[in-house]
Formats: sequence, structure tokens, C-alpha cells
Amino acid sequence: MTKAMELKFSKSHEWVLFDGDKVKIGLSDYAQDQLGDIVFIDLPDEGDDVTKGESFADIESVKAVSEAYSPITATVTAVNEELLDSPELINSAPLESWLIEVEGVDEIEDLLSAEEYKKFCEEAEEA
Amino acid sequence: MGNYLGSTPQQQQEMLRTIGLKNMSDLYQDIPKEMIIKNLAIPAGKSEFEVRRILEKMGKKNKVFSSIFRGAGAYNHYIPAIVKQISAKEEFMTSYTPYQPEISQGLLQSIFEYQTMICEITGMDATNASVYDGATAAAEAINMCLEKKRLKVLISETTNPMTIQTALTYFSSREIEFVMIPEKDGLTDLSVLKEKLDDTSACFIVQQPNYYGGIEPVEVIAEMVHEAKAKFIMSVNPVASTVLKTAGEVEADIAVGDSQPFGIPLAFGGPYIGFIATKEKMIRKLPGRIAGETVDEAGDRAFVLTLQAREQHIRREKAASNICSNQALCALTNAVYMSTMGARGIQEVAEQCYSKAHYLLDGLTQIKGVKRTNDSPFFHEFVTTFPVANEVVLAKLEEHDILGGYPTEQGLLWCVTEMNTKEQIDEVVALVKEACGQ
Amino acid sequence: MKLIFERSVEGYYNEMISPCDVPTTALPEEMKRQKELHLPSLPQPEISRHYTELADATFGINNGFYPLGSCTMKYNPKINDEMATYPAFASIHPLQPEHTVQGSLEVFTMTEMLLKEITGMNAITFQPAAGAHGEFTSLLMIKAYHKKHGQPQRNKIIVPDSAHGTNPASVAMTGMITVNIPSDNYGCVDIEALRAAVGEDTAGLMLTNPNTAGIFDKNILEITKIVHDAGGLNYYDGANLNAIMGVARPGDMGFDIIHLNLHKTFSTPHGGGGPGSGAVGCKSLLKPFLPDYYPVKKGAEIGFTRPVNSIGLVKGFYGQFSVFLRALTYILFLGSEGISSASKSAVLNANYMLHELKDIFEVPYGESCMHEFVISLDKLKKETGVTALDIAKGILDHHMYPPTMYFPLTVPEALMVEPPETESKERMDDAIAVYRKLYEDAHKNPEAFHEYPLHAQIHRVDEVRAARHPIVRYDFALENNE
Repeated sequence: MTKAMELKFSKSHEWVLFDGDKVKIGLSDYAQDQLGDIVFIDLPDEGDDVTKGESFADIESVKAVSEAYSPITATVTAVNEELLDSPELINSAPLESWLIEVEGVDEIEDLLSAEEYKKFCEEAEEA
Repeated sequence: MGNYLGSTPQQQQEMLRTIGLKNMSDLYQDIPKEMIIKNLAIPAGKSEFEVRRILEKMGKKNKVFSSIFRGAGAYNHYIPAIVKQISAKEEFMTSYTPYQPEISQGLLQSIFEYQTMICEITGMDATNASVYDGATAAAEAINMCLEKKRLKVLISETTNPMTIQTALTYFSSREIEFVMIPEKDGLTDLSVLKEKLDDTSACFIVQQPNYYGGIEPVEVIAEMVHEAKAKFIMSVNPVASTVLKTAGEVEADIAVGDSQPFGIPLAFGGPYIGFIATKEKMIRKLPGRIAGETVDEAGDRAFVLTLQAREQHIRREKAASNICSNQALCALTNAVYMSTMGARGIQEVAEQCYSKAHYLLDGLTQIKGVKRTNDSPFFHEFVTTFPVANEVVLAKLEEHDILGGYPTEQGLLWCVTEMNTKEQIDEVVALVKEACGQ
Repeated sequence: MKLIFERSVEGYYNEMISPCDVPTTALPEEMKRQKELHLPSLPQPEISRHYTELADATFGINNGFYPLGSCTMKYNPKINDEMATYPAFASIHPLQPEHTVQGSLEVFTMTEMLLKEITGMNAITFQPAAGAHGEFTSLLMIKAYHKKHGQPQRNKIIVPDSAHGTNPASVAMTGMITVNIPSDNYGCVDIEALRAAVGEDTAGLMLTNPNTAGIFDKNILEITKIVHDAGGLNYYDGANLNAIMGVARPGDMGFDIIHLNLHKTFSTPHGGGGPGSGAVGCKSLLKPFLPDYYPVKKGAEIGFTRPVNSIGLVKGFYGQFSVFLRALTYILFLGSEGISSASKSAVLNANYMLHELKDIFEVPYGESCMHEFVISLDKLKKETGVTALDIAKGILDHHMYPPTMYFPLTVPEALMVEPPETESKERMDDAIAVYRKLYEDAHKNPEAFHEYPLHAQIHRVDEVRAARHPIVRYDFALENNE
């Protein structure tokens, strides 16, 4: 499936989609499965900066809060407002539910291809 | 020696044998010998009868006034007998936080009902299961308004000094700037407020009615604060909220206050009970416990503690607030009070407070030399000065078992409630007249 | 059960106060509330029945076994409640002149004297309203202490990873930084990790002893010394004091400041979640930083004083008066022997139950404990799919309150059991039988557990729905629209 192929993945379980200057970031299927039913997500504002390796969003499930980490240093140009009302979309369609869109990319973490990420997750499960 | 042990000495011996120990002290083998207390220097235990006598004797050292004309944050209102009885029910008193909803529906529903009533009183959309008191409610509300670029907190000097002090203590160790907005003619000085509001302001707090009883122009204030894109926190008296414009109606962002007037005894300052109520959009910023409605697996309506991911046991160092316990039993007491009195009952209380306070002021100002400190509209509290010292007036009243207004720098801060009869009010006026040498 | 609003019928008025006996003054129109006020409208008999229904659907200590670990659910004595409602105490306005409240002030000073001796501290403040509030107060005092002594860079508080969530949350509220250190296999402080963590920026250590696993840390003197040597102060979280009250003192363990949960250790009622009372005790070096309104006897009279470097007020007025009045009543009744008997009996109870369960449940922290113990159902989960939650829900069907679930965080599938000294051997034997039966059933019929409880007021709730679409109040508009 072409969509999944174009995505790159971080070791902290986010996906990244490069589209020219703009970059979209979301959570992987593995991530949403680990989080359980997501009840709320706290996203940054347009114009905020995100930094490579640092958290940019809080994701709440019923009994826990987790963070989404940005694999990129850049500036937020758009935020997926639909997720604020319907966070369950992250559970049902993780690869379509982008959290933020950024521009002005400064640094990028080493990212994995879909294949490499799949293997990475399998190894994590066995550990 | 008094005790409430569940087991007899024989059963304790039996249990020790079962676990292979000889004495009770064997249970503490892990504690270094030198740390074990040899002699606990407190009095030996007593019978229940003796304990009662000791405390009754202590209580006799207090003076219970037969009429109270003092408020300043603690209000003397009638507490219906049913309120005391229901809140003394063992299930409500001896249960703990309803973390197991399947056997706590009664408690959870009572919290949900309380939350609904507080929203109705304040005119807001959402509230929590209560916080410690009005002063800490204001501090927690400030916390909800702080943003990265908005760290300045404006407070009116007409706010209860204890609320101001608490807010200052709460934020003393963080980079928060407090700006005091002075009083002018008994109300907040609006020209100074306008001047001080800017794009670094997080919020402005005003008390309604204010500490000196004055009714603040909250609609104008709300507009001013919102123009600077800051948040408006209104600290409200819940009785007054039943007849004055509510925080919700004037578009305040957060309403806070202390609902001690709803069935909670004066009890030398505590426990009282704080509330924080807000608009729908800020619900996830509310600290503390919240009861929510949902369904169970059979599809029946059920109540549960919700939005727990905000709380300390999950967020830990990332929690906005460390609050764990609420004032649950006080919240239940409030709910029973509000149910017993009903809207009409509390509005009647409010109207009487208003009329009786104005009646007292009329009587007092007819005494030569007795003046009110300003002309602001007021609810049930006001300040007067006398041609003699405050203490002289108070001493005269105390001789007759009357607790007069609270002595502040400005004068005596009087409070009148539905508990003060016409006879009592007339007596106060006569005695003050005497104290003033007339 | 119907909501009280669903039972309301317009038109009831309960005659609680007399009609106004002075001329009425009308509120100016422009100031008046316009929004309708919806509060219940019911006659007293129906109010009484409504709350009886709610009480019947609430489980208190008076209903049955309540071994909620870390909460010390001991019996709440009725004499305490009577003293709290005694008019000589209940009718006192907090702003009465001091000479008219000597009785109430004596409640402060007498309770302080007793608690000082029990804890080994030099002063007690009753202003904090609850345990977390006491933690916050103590941390503010520690921070103020360091600032006063020219050490403002001390802003790190060391907290073991097994600590209660309020600990790091309280640290964050003071603007300080939490440094988490790992616990060892017994939930005790890893000494080497502590040594590595202390330094010039250490403000202090927050510790519970016995810890949240119910184990007394034998190295306590060494631990507190390491922190003192590094220039920090030691704070004791008193949540577990019921294990050692009257037997050992935090003041003798090297702690400089403590908080107490009067609603746990000292029998004041839990009230459905509060009001508690988080009294804070401290050694002399921290006394100047105590909150305002500290009562001191001057000659014949007691008066409020403001300590010279006071942190100010942590709330309005002086504290949860009626709550610590109950604690005073309790301590007077128990006395020196009763206080230590209570904690010894609590520790015996916990060890007894642990002994009777350790053959089938995993006990991560060894075979003896203090006043509470932790069992792990991780193996059970792996073998049968039945979790700690499922077992807890199973317990509900036996008219008992379950133990605390999933705490401490360092133990997977944890259940923390605390049977205070007021629990009888019969009650504990009943509970042991129930827990053992559920363990067997988990192996025989694991699937059934996911449906438990079957006989409670409701079945399991949809927490996801409650969190995604929070409904926190009744909507009066709905009833009007239909």
C-alpha cells in the first residue's frame, strides 16, 4: 500500500510524512495499540516550535498519559483540530490521523523505513 | 487504656503463633533497637467518659455568643436539622474515595448532584468535587490561567486578605508576578485595573461581594479583562449568587468561592469547602476529582470518577495540581442544604441578608458620629467608623453576648444574616449608641 | 436510582427560616441575577428517602472489610464525632477575639503536644487541609529554609520511584525538580543511587517509612545521614505511620519535617474522600518557616503568632478544626499504651493475612511486612488472563471492599492490602477465604472474571466514554425541551 510505504517511523513510535516543504507527524499503529482507548489529546498551537527528541503533545487514555515526541525540529503550521473532538480516530485510523504539520525543518532524527520499523517493533515485543 | 482493637489478646496470641512469632515486639525486628521508643511520654489512656469531661471542660473556656454580626469569610447561617442528620450517616462518613464505582454509586451520584448544584449557583458549565476552601480555590484557579507568556496575576485589594495571602504563598516559589489593584471608594479602582492589564496578564481576580461587602461592577470588569485577552476569575459568595448576577452571566472564565454558608458550621475556621467552576472549554484544566455520567456494560446509567488522567496519581510531576483529597463530606452537606432550602429558600436567605444589613446600617448611621466608610452598593457586609475606638464598641457588645463587626483598619466590618432578628439588630444599635456616649 | 432533580416537583418550600421581620430593601434591578436557578424542590420526607437510597448504595467501613492499602481504613469512633459537634466548639466564629476562644486554641496546643511526642518533632501546624497539602507546605518550608541560608540553588528533591503520586506533584507545585531514584527489590532506597543523586543542588529527600511496599527500610539512618551530609533536609510522608505509631518516631530516624494524615492514622473519618487533615510537624530548625496562625501560650493565654520567617498562609483560617479535634479525642482515649497497641496490632494483622496468602499469591517484597503488604497477580495474569482488576471486581461480589489496585507502580498487577487494627480475626479469615477461592476460580473459569461484579449496584462502567465526552452535571434544559 503506497501510503504506508511513504511513511518513515521514529523509534518513539511516531510516523513522519514528507510532502515537499511540509511535514506531517502522527502516531503509529503500534503506539495507538499500546496506549489503549485515547480519550483526549493536547496539541500545540500554530506557530509553536517543536524540537527533535522533545515532547509536543500529551495523549490521555483513561488510566495514563503519554507523550508524543517530535523526531524533527521545526515550526507548527497546522494542527489537526478534528482530533480534539474525536481522539478515537487515532485508534481507528492511526496512519491517516496526522497530529501536526510543520515547516522550516531544522534537524531530523534518524528515521526507519516501514520495513525497518516493523522489525523494530517485533524485537521490542520479544524483549 | 482505650482501644478499638478488632481482636482479643487471645486471638492476637493465636495469630502470633500462626506466623511463628512469640511477642508483638518480634514484629519490629527490622527496626534498629535504639530507635524503639522506651517510654512514650503522653498521658495514659482514659475512659470515654473521662475524655468527654476533659473536652467539655476545654469547651467551657470558649465563649459562645448568642448573636453574631461578624462575617469576613465565615458566615453564620441557619443549618436545618435534616442537613446535620443526613451528613452524619455512617456510609457517607466512613467511606473513602469512590475508586470502585460498582459499589459506590450512591456516593458518586451525590457528588454529581453537588456538582450540578454548584454549576447552577455560579451559572457555569462544569465544576469538580470540591477543593479545600475558597482561598485555595482561588490559587488553583490562578494556576489554570497561567501560560508561557502570561505570568502576571492581578488581584483586587478588595479581596479577602486570606485569599490574597494564600495565592502569594502558593506562587512564592515560582516566577509569577502579582499586581495588586487598589481599592477606591470601597470598590476596585477600575482606572488602575485598565492601566495594569496588558498582554502578559494571565488573569484578574475580584471578589463578589468584596471583602468589605461592596458589590463590584463585574460586567465592566469582565469586558476590560477580556479586552486584554486575560482570564477573569470571580470569587463569589454562594448565597449572594442566588440573587446577584452570576459569574456565568457576566462571562467570567472561572468562578471560585467557599460554600461554607451552605450548611457548614463556623467551627473555628474549618473544615470549610472551596469550589472552582468553569466554562465547558476549560473543563480539562480543572484540578481534583470530578464525577462524570456514563453507562455500565448493561447500558444502565452509572457514575464514575472521570478525567483522572489529569490527576497526581497518574501525571505525578506533570500534574497541574497535587490535590488528592477533596472536602467530600462538606460537599454532601452542601448538597443536602441546597436540596432542603431549594432555590426559593436560599433566595429568601439572600434577600433577608440584604434587607437586614441595610436595616442595621440605617440604625447605626442615625447615631451621631457613626459613618459608613464609603457609599458603594453592598450586599450583607459593610464597614463603619465611630467617634470612639472600635474596642470600646466591641466590649460593650460583648458584655451582652453579641459578637460585633470585625475590627479592620478601616473600621468595624459588620455582617448581617437571616439569623439576626429585628430585636437583635435594634439591641445592637442601642448598645452602640451607648458605647458612643449617647 | 433517580437523580434528586428527577424527583423534584416545583412548588415545595421547607419552612426553615422565619419571614423577614425588618422592612425589605430591594436589590437594584441591574444587579439582579437573571438566570433561572434550578435547585431541587422536594418535601423533607422525600429528601430523607433520597439520601437513604444513596447511603444504601455507598460502602463505608461500617459496611464491611475495607483493606484499602495506604489509606488506613480504621474504625471512626463515635465519641470523636460527638465532640466535633459539641456547640462549644462548633459555634465558634474563627474571628472571635482570642480571649473568647481559649478552649479552641487549647485544642491546637494539646494536640500539638501529643503529636510532637508521638512523632519526635518540635512543632506542629494544623493548617494544611490534607496529606498532599501537607507535602506542599513542607516543601515550601524546605525551600524557604535553603533560601534563607543562602543556598537558593538547592532546588532538587529526591523521590523514590515507589512514591505516591502526590509526592512528585507537590514538588512540581513548588517550582522544584523531582529526581527519581530507583528502589531495590524490596522497594527500599538504593543507597548507591542515593549517593550518586545528592549534591550541591539537593534541597531534600521525600520518603515514606515503612515504604509504599509496606517494608521498613533498615538503612534509614544511613539514608537520612547521606542527605544531611550533602546539605539537604529529610521529609517524611506520614501516610504509613500506622505501622510504627508509638513504637518508633520519624524524628529519631533523621527526619526534619513530616506530614501526618489525621484521617488515616488518627481515626478521623474519610468522609467519602475528605475532609482530611494534613498536619505538618518539624524540628526546631524549620520552626521559623511554619505557616501563619501558629498558637503559642504566652503567660496564661494562648494566642496566634506568625513565625518570624513564615511561608505565609497555605489556606484561609487555621486548618480543619473539627477534624483534628477528633484526632485529639482519639489520642486522649488511646493514651500511651493504646497508641502503640494500635500500631502493633495493625502490623500483626497484615503479617497474619500475608502468611495465609503467600503460598498462592506472589509476594514481591518478602514474607513479612509492616502494616500493609503487596501481592502481585502478574503470574496469574500470564497463566489465566485474570488481572488484579478482575480479582478486585470479584471481591466486590462478596460484600467486601477490594484492596488498592495497581499501586505501587513498581509492581505489576499489584494489590495492596492493609487490614488496620480495628479489623477482627473473623473478618480477616473471611477475606482470606474469599481471596483463596477467587484464585482457584481464576484457574477454573477465568472467562467469568471479566464479567465481575455480578451482584453489585452496577456492572463495569464505560470509563472511556466518561473521559471522551465528560458529563459532569445534570442538564435541566433537556427536560424542558421534551
